[in-house]
Amino acid sequence: MSGKLDTSTEHLLRELAPQVLGAVMRRYRNLSSCEDAVQEALIAGSTQWPEEGVPHNPRGWLLQVALRRMTDIVRSEIARRNREAVAMEDSSLVVAPTMYSEPEIDPDDTLVLLFMCCHPSLSAPAAIALTLRAVGGLTTSEIAKAFLVPEATMAQRISRAKQSVKTSDVAFQMPEASERAERLGSVLHVLYLIFNEGYATSSGAELQRTDLSSEAIRLTRLLVKLVPGDGETIGLLALMLLTDARRAARSGPNGELIPLDEQDRGLWDREMIAEGAALVAAAFSRGAVGEYQLLAAIAALHDEAPRVEDTDWPQIQALYGVLMRMSDNPMTVMNHAIAAAMVDGPTKGLELLAPLEQDERLRGNHRLDAVRAHLLERTGERDAAVKLYQSAASKTSSIPEKNYLMLKAARLRDGK
Amino acid sequence: MKYMLMMNTQAGGEYQLMSWPKQDIEAHIAFMMDFHKKLTASGELVDAQGLTSPSQARLVRAGKDGKPVTDGVFPESKEFLAGYWIIDVPSAARAYEIAAQASLAPGVGGVPLYLPIEVREIGVAPKK
Repeated sequence: MSGKLDTSTEHLLRELAPQVLGAVMRRYRNLSSCEDAVQEALIAGSTQWPEEGVPHNPRGWLLQVALRRMTDIVRSEIARRNREAVAMEDSSLVVAPTMYSEPEIDPDDTLVLLFMCCHPSLSAPAAIALTLRAVGGLTTSEIAKAFLVPEATMAQRISRAKQSVKTSDVAFQMPEASERAERLGSVLHVLYLIFNEGYATSSGAELQRTDLSSEAIRLTRLLVKLVPGDGETIGLLALMLLTDARRAARSGPNGELIPLDEQDRGLWDREMIAEGAALVAAAFSRGAVGEYQLLAAIAALHDEAPRVEDTDWPQIQALYGVLMRMSDNPMTVMNHAIAAAMVDGPTKGLELLAPLEQDERLRGNHRLDAVRAHLLERTGERDAAVKLYQSAASKTSSIPEKNYLMLKAARLRDGK
Repeated sequence: MKYMLMMNTQAGGEYQLMSWPKQDIEAHIAFMMDFHKKLTASGELVDAQGLTSPSQARLVRAGKDGKPVTDGVFPESKEFLAGYWIIDVPSAARAYEIAAQASLAPGVGGVPLYLPIEVREIGVAPKK
């Protein structure tokens, strides 16, 4: 959106974007051209509304502009096909538009769009970009900026994602009941990736990219309304809120990383924590507990401890134990070992980490070295800890993390 | 005119931050961040990237079948690109001036490293 746009108008446009796209899609089916038409309508709104005022029916306004644009697209497509002498009967684009009635808005349209943009046939970067644009209503240039890539690269990524939706014949309709849970899982995964990209970007000089985290939270809030009562969706929203609540405490004035146990808890966002904790409690009361709910419960235990020494480590250890039984993930094993070390001492933690050294999935990953360094520091094996901190520093691609680990090693070594 | 300023270091050479005392590492990081801020503020910075450790570096060639053949773990004497800046400036003289500032990054005891900075003008390709 343009820079002079005030926040409330921008929010309104972004909120209406998927609703309008859904309504256009139901008529024209073709994601690529519908999305282009809606994007043009959004740009028209963002330039005209600040000058002429927000129209009485903003959604209808956007829809009319998008439909008018679609008619132009269809006309030029028909002309092109006529020129090429292709039988018009085959054209999937030709659907008579009813221009003069207000097309109904179905809230499920947005959900169907999410399912479409997060389809498992798309690669993660493609799904992320498409979701941010088609459902999030962000412009290509905004998405490119958030991912620190040139705009032309992002435009190409989005257009290839649309192409891929088309070739894999993903229909604009609700998935069958039998595959719904799995498809919802893909949507949650994409939203979580967007959040993490914003929260702890794995490369680059800046530790946090604020806008992507907020956008992921906004979209997950939207999803909670669309699939009311779904425990994992609520769990994911809770996890995001409980993690994002620590944002202000998570890095120092020069972008340096501050680990959880050294953060100023007074900077944590109490409102977000309260909302996240309430969501966790609500989700747990529904029975069947999934991974996001468990991760959210763990985040809540950290957030609700007034001081680091008040952390309920036995409970955290137990929750990671449940997670370990649910899926085979070396990161979970590592986190479980950290909790165990807090309960039973660093030697216990190191013992639990030992099998991970052979785990191929962690090859080149810095985190195991960092965790072992931390535990060895606590057992007093200083030289080994320094070596491992340095090894972790040379493996991470995050600059703030690298600096943090290098300084940790230096402090320990200098302390001799 | 765009220039690339390259900071090359030996894998086991003087630019071995990790072996420095803590306050020297901190001073070096602060210098680099400040340098970045100043270049951004002057409107001359196009891009800057720090590369991960040479221990993660691989040399890749295609085999006869076109598949990648990787080679890793290099002798300590080999030179590596540690990072680079791309700047947009009116003259070569200005590019050299900026390179000289980078060269003064502090090392052990705050003494300037006088790092060699390779300055290369970026070729202009026709716009598509």
